Amino acid sequence: MSGRETAATADGGPRRSAARRLARNDAAVGLAFVAPAVIGVIGLGLIPFGYVVWYAFHDWNPLLGEFTWIGFDNFDRLLGDDVVWGALLTTFTFTALLMVLNISLALLLAVLLNQRLRGITTFRALFFSPVIVSTVAWVLIWGYLVADNGGVNGALALVGIDGPNWLRDPNWALVTVVVIQVFKGVGMNMILFLAALQGVPGELKEASRLDGAGAWRTFRSVTLPLITPTILLVSIITMIAAMDVFVPIQVLTSGGPGRETTVISYLLYQTAFRQNDFGYAAAIGVLLFAVTLALTMVQWKWRRRWVHDEV
Amino acid sequence: MRSEQKKRPEQKRARERRPHRAPWHGTASKAVLYLLLAVLSIPFVYPTVWMILAAFKPAHEIFATPPTLFPEEWTLDGVSKIFTVTPFARQYLNSLYIAVIVTVVSIVVCALAGYAFARIRFPFRDGLFLVLVSALMVPGEVTIIPIFRWVSQLGWMDTHWPLIILPIFGPQCVVGVFIFRQFFLSLPAELEEAARLDGLGRLGIFARIAFPLAGPAIAAVAIMKFLNSFNMYFEPLIFLRSEEQFTVGLGLTQFQDGYGEPMYSTQIGATALTVIPILIVFLFAQRQFVEGLARTGMKG
Repeated sequence: MSGRETAATADGGPRRSAARRLARNDAAVGLAFVAPAVIGVIGLGLIPFGYVVWYAFHDWNPLLGEFTWIGFDNFDRLLGDDVVWGALLTTFTFTALLMVLNISLALLLAVLLNQRLRGITTFRALFFSPVIVSTVAWVLIWGYLVADNGGVNGALALVGIDGPNWLRDPNWALVTVVVIQVFKGVGMNMILFLAALQGVPGELKEASRLDGAGAWRTFRSVTLPLITPTILLVSIITMIAAMDVFVPIQVLTSGGPGRETTVISYLLYQTAFRQNDFGYAAAIGVLLFAVTLALTMVQWKWRRRWVHDEV
Repeated sequence: MRSEQKKRPEQKRARERRPHRAPWHGTASKAVLYLLLAVLSIPFVYPTVWMILAAFKPAHEIFATPPTLFPEEWTLDGVSKIFTVTPFARQYLNSLYIAVIVTVVSIVVCALAGYAFARIRFPFRDGLFLVLVSALMVPGEVTIIPIFRWVSQLGWMDTHWPLIILPIFGPQCVVGVFIFRQFFLSLPAELEEAARLDGLGRLGIFARIAFPLAGPAIAAVAIMKFLNSFNMYFEPLIFLRSEEQFTVGLGLTQFQDGYGEPMYSTQIGATALTVIPILIVFLFAQRQFVEGLARTGMKG
């Protein structure tokens, strides 16, 4: 017994204590390494969010110097506020339209670009290029193109179509912003889909083809199910980004022509920074967060229904 | 039979080399594919080309019917005013220096955290990681309200401090931490063992062994951070008041003449000046951009 112990001390002891010292050291070093990021994220993300919830129970106008507890009044007002519900509906419409257009176009482009052909990387770069351009620049230029007498209507006139004033027409404004935003961001989803498509084993497609399936049938029954995990990921990222869209609205339409393009985040901005109604804006922020969280969870819960491979 | 067997491995190899060849082998279908891609690429390419040319058009040509691509009358009227009607050069420099600081400091902050989460055992590691993940769910448009209050209490309104500090330390840093963590997870443990036997501490291992090997992750984070900062619009809109402090994005929306009328070709020319340098860098480093940004899943 004692002999064993001595042996252990002689043999593993110093090493073990060195390991312990290293572990203790690691604890301190690890915490120190993550400290800037963790403290920053807590201080500039989570704590501010706590404050937003707190503010939502206050009447707060910084210009007048008011800051008074009003309980659930802001939320009561929220429930009866048609402008808020209108903005929420606009946000849903925007998000749904954008997701459908973006994901189907991204998938189409990815399939077309998943070929070994000369010049295919050039096309890939062309479709991707708007991703790196600033949103302000992209929508400013598109704002010129979709103006009443801009390039888009000019091109339509050549084929005899009298195009509307896209951003000033209540029926078209939201759709126009969605389409401009799709062109801006679809390249990113295209690349994610392209990577997924390249991960589909060629043997499976070959097997399907040998079984007599055509190209479409093979895509539908073999390729598409295999990339559903990527489709889920892409639709969650795309949804979260669409739910708090701001810049294109602010630059292109300022929420107009009437209120047709006033999405929740734009309403929040106006309520806080234009009307100085910070307490109410905070309540709108809580609503936006709750809705986004709920929709993300629904998507995650429903994944079993259609996502092929659990990630 | 025998000949078929002989052919088979060859065919297989051909398939592996060109796995997607089959459906598009004909010249006709190839032509259709190219045509389809060319048509589809119009809305992605035309705005950029139009922008560059429209900067040299007189105002009435910008909205000419039928629309023109090339200026009929080339003029420098618009572009010559880019730097005189607003302090655009100053705004450009503001954006550049902010983006450089954000990029450099972010790389250090994210790499340190990503390394620790991937390679070091320390208390609360998983819990703290969860904290970072949860922060991704909080939209920046919402938390801006209390941050706006703190910034004004600190007397930092109309300064660049919030534009530097928020992207580096705020929830926006989480994606960078993920990228570095992912990269360092794949690093072989033997490298660290060897370095430790040579007497290097954790900081030494990080600085001399792990970080220098993290090229792809550094590139991905650098590209993402630089673009995000240079293209930032919402935060400057909230925190900045005076033209001299503006960043380019904000500056672009300010081109008006003395009567509040928009100065079309000046604005378009200034927009081109902010976009073209980035597109040129993209042209030369396409692969790094595409692969790097695909890692981030960044949304424009």
